[in-house]
Formats: sequence, C-alpha cells, structure tokens
Amino acid sequence: MPGVPGSAEPDQISTEIARVFRAEYGRAVAILIRAFGDIDTAEDAVQDAFATAVTHWSADGLPPSPAGWIITTARNRATDRLRREASRQDRHAQAALLRAAAEPIEEGPVHDDRLRLIFTCCHPALAPAAQVALTLRLLGGLTTTEIAHAFLVPEPTMAQRLVRAKGKISGARIPYRVPTEADLPARLAAVLAVVYLIFNEGYVAGSGDELIRTDLCTEAIRLGRTLADLMPDEPEVAGLLALMLLAASRRAARTTPEGALVLLADQDRSGWDRDLIAEGQALVRQCLRRNQPGPYQIQAAINAVHSDAPTAADTDWGQILQLYDQMLALTPSPVVALHRSVALAEVSGPAAGLAAIDGLPLQSYYLFHAIRADFLRRLSRQAEAAAAYESAIARTANAAEREFLCRRLDSQTGE
Amino acid sequence: MPNYLISIYQPDGDPPPPEVLGPIMERLGDWNRRLRAAGAWVFTAGLLPPGTATVLRVSGSEEIVTDGPFAEGKEHLGGFTVITAADLDVALDWARQVAEITTLPIEVRPMALADGSG
Repeated sequence: MPGVPGSAEPDQISTEIARVFRAEYGRAVAILIRAFGDIDTAEDAVQDAFATAVTHWSADGLPPSPAGWIITTARNRATDRLRREASRQDRHAQAALLRAAAEPIEEGPVHDDRLRLIFTCCHPALAPAAQVALTLRLLGGLTTTEIAHAFLVPEPTMAQRLVRAKGKISGARIPYRVPTEADLPARLAAVLAVVYLIFNEGYVAGSGDELIRTDLCTEAIRLGRTLADLMPDEPEVAGLLALMLLAASRRAARTTPEGALVLLADQDRSGWDRDLIAEGQALVRQCLRRNQPGPYQIQAAINAVHSDAPTAADTDWGQILQLYDQMLALTPSPVVALHRSVALAEVSGPAAGLAAIDGLPLQSYYLFHAIRADFLRRLSRQAEAAAAYESAIARTANAAEREFLCRRLDSQTGE
Repeated sequence: MPNYLISIYQPDGDPPPPEVLGPIMERLGDWNRRLRAAGAWVFTAGLLPPGTATVLRVSGSEEIVTDGPFAEGKEHLGGFTVITAADLDVALDWARQVAEITTLPIEVRPMALADGSG
C-alpha cells in the first residue's frame, strides 16, 4: 500500500487503514492544499498523518472518524513543521502559516476541495502525461514508483515529471478552484479525458505489470465515482462512470488465464460481473431520462446493449448501429466511423462494413487493419485478409492483441 | 498579484496588407483599452522586424557583434504586453482575446518576482 509503512499489527487494522487511505487520501490532501496553499506541504503532512495512524490505530483501534483524525493530525503536523521553518526566517513557511491562520472563507456554493484539486491537476496548461500523473498522485495517493510502473516509464522520469508539473502549478499560478461556468464544459472534458485515459491504460490487457494496471481501472472508477458524487448534474460524468463500469464488468472474461485476448462475441458471459452491469445500466437509464446525450453516455449505452444480450447472437445490433449514428453526428471522426462499421457489418453484412471504412484516413491505426481483415475474412477474400492481418500485427505493440491477430492470420494462410 | 508576459509570435516575411492589418490593430487597441480599464495593464511594446536586431557576445576581452536576431526561425516575437492577473486562468482569458483577434500563437509566461521567486 502506498505511503503507509508496513505494520506487524493485526491484518484487520492494516486493511482498515488501507481502506481509509484509499478513500480519504485525496480529500485530505485537497483540504490541506487549500489550507496551506502548497502541494508539497499538504502531501508531506498527509503522509505523515497516515504513518502516525499506523502506530496509533494499531494500538488503540480506529478513531470514530478516521478521516477527521487524519485531516486534523495532518493539519497539526504541517503547522508544527511550518512554525519550525518560519522561526528560521523562511518566507514561504511564514506565508503558508498566515494563510492557514486566515482560514479562507468560501464564496458562493461550497465545493468539495477534491473538485478544485482535480481541475488543477487536469489544467490544460499542463501536458496530458503530467495531468494523469498528478491526478493519480494527489487524488489517488499512488506513489511515484507505482505510477511509473503503471505507465512503463523509468521512475526518475516520472519523479521529474511530477516535480516539473508542481513547479508549473506554483510558478504560473494555476488556480485552485472550479472553473467559471463559461470555461466549465471544456475544462470538464479535459478532466473526463484524464480519468478515461487512466482507465484505458489499465484496461488494455497484457502489457506492463498486470496487477498494477488492474489497479488503474479501479482507480479510474474511484475517480469517476467521486466526480459523479461531486457533479451530480453533469450527464457526461455519469456517462463516463457507466462506460467504465460496463467495460470493467467484462474484464475477467476478456482474457484467457494465459492472457490471450477473447473477443466480445467469444466471451463466456457467465464471467461478466453482474453487479457492475446493474450499476452501469442504472446510470445509462438515468442518462436516457435526462436526454442530454454526449459521447461518453452514448458509448455507455452501446456497452449497455451488449450487456443486455444473454448470448452474442442475441445482440441488438440495430440499436447499436443507431447509437453509433448518433455518436457520429455528435463527434464526426474516422475512429467513430470505424467502430460504427462493425455494427453495420452485423446488420447489413461484411461487404457493407468494408465499403464504409474504405478510404478512412487510419492507415497507421492497427485496429483499422484488424477490422478490415475481419471483414475480408468473412467475405472469404483470404489473400487480402492475410495481408490486412499482417498490416495490423505490424502496428500493435500489445502482446495479447498481436497473439490474437497472429492466430487469425494463421487461419487465413492455412498454417 | 503576479505579472505575466503575453508574447505575440508572428510569421517571418511581410506583414498582411493594410486592409487586413487595419481592423486587427483597431481591435488590439480596444483590447489594450479594456486591459487598462480593468487595471490589468502594465506595459506594451511592438517590435520592429527581426532583421533590425543586433546580437552582442562578449567573451573575455573580445566582443562579437552579429547582424540579425538571436534565434532564427519561421516565427519571431512581434510584440508583447505585460499584464497583472490574479492567476493563470485570468491571464489566459486576456491572452485568448489576443489569439482570437490576431489568429497568431500567443505565449503566456509568468514573470519572476523581484526576489527571483515565483
């Protein structure tokens, strides 16, 4: 578990502390950043508080309000440390102390500090890779080592990325607040993109450390739930959460025990997580009632249709095609057109699918070649299918996907 | 409040013809007036073309003078404004207006305080 030293105390207490850490780390850091106006001070204090908690709680059990205990302890720790530094004439420490003493008064509706923090972490003035790393670090409480492993980046590179990003936040004064109404749609889109990127990084099977990457899915869903709690009136927030839940419901069925990829049509549907499906579908129904469609909601709805089908043959492809039509009208892009062609091929046959993707500017995208190969295979155009599989294989680095494509290629060349 | 340097980068070569440039300069003038009215204006300067620049290097007792700008590129710094703003979002709002008016890339960069800190 990140940030909390190991403990020889009973497992139950350490499990509880781990749970509190996961649930409350981001909130505690967010509150401390507002109080002291400094990210490093906040992080150090909250980590300190959790380290203290391991000792105290192991001896005395959990306090009535673990989150409150952590925040109070962290605040005291930070104040003590800053006092020591202030007595050494440290200008920053003095400023931070003054700020904490002034205890800023809220204007207008009170927002959860985590919401301010996520908008700071996902500010467009930061590079996307930095947005992702900061969000996982500050809101998720992942260690630099964990984030580096999850994104297959050397640890010093990730450490430097985080330091640089925090330096930009303080240097350029990236604000710590929820954007104004005029800026909100674009800024929220950036936040959702970061959460979805984290999810997808964990969802793509077979590369990197499997366990840590599964954690990324869990972390993204946790962030999605937090956002949905904090912004209940934003339909795309609910849409993204539903999309992640429905995709996660198929995780176990998506790969064989050996890590090979299993296509949706071939998955053992008894392996789908029914609780996640029920939760995701309830959110999709909520979105439908609200009737303010957006790309995440539509993708969630497509996933909900798949989840509804007891077998692949029962899939309502007509409804999926309609949803893709709506998606294409909303966000016309070659990638959406590519995905739509799969539904079209189910409704009108592989020749129609093939015609629909003809000329899409996606030559460098492995999935374009993989889908094209599948249409050609179904049309019994074996030589062309084999060539398309080879193009796809040349363009993916993902082991499970390569392995799947190679099997398909073999079936076309008769090896 | 921190100050931000708002730099306008324009392509090398001749400026646009007067019928295009005129309305742009007029709108930039409006922007400057709004800045002043908001109390956010600190300093503005337009620069003559980079061909008029001179670079000086001193190494020991030797002085080398070269003709032209320090960095040659396809774009050059055409002018800049220093503003004071509460935070980056406020500064970006002002800069966005310049980007819309000029259709040029605008760099927003925080200025260090007198003691060198952020």
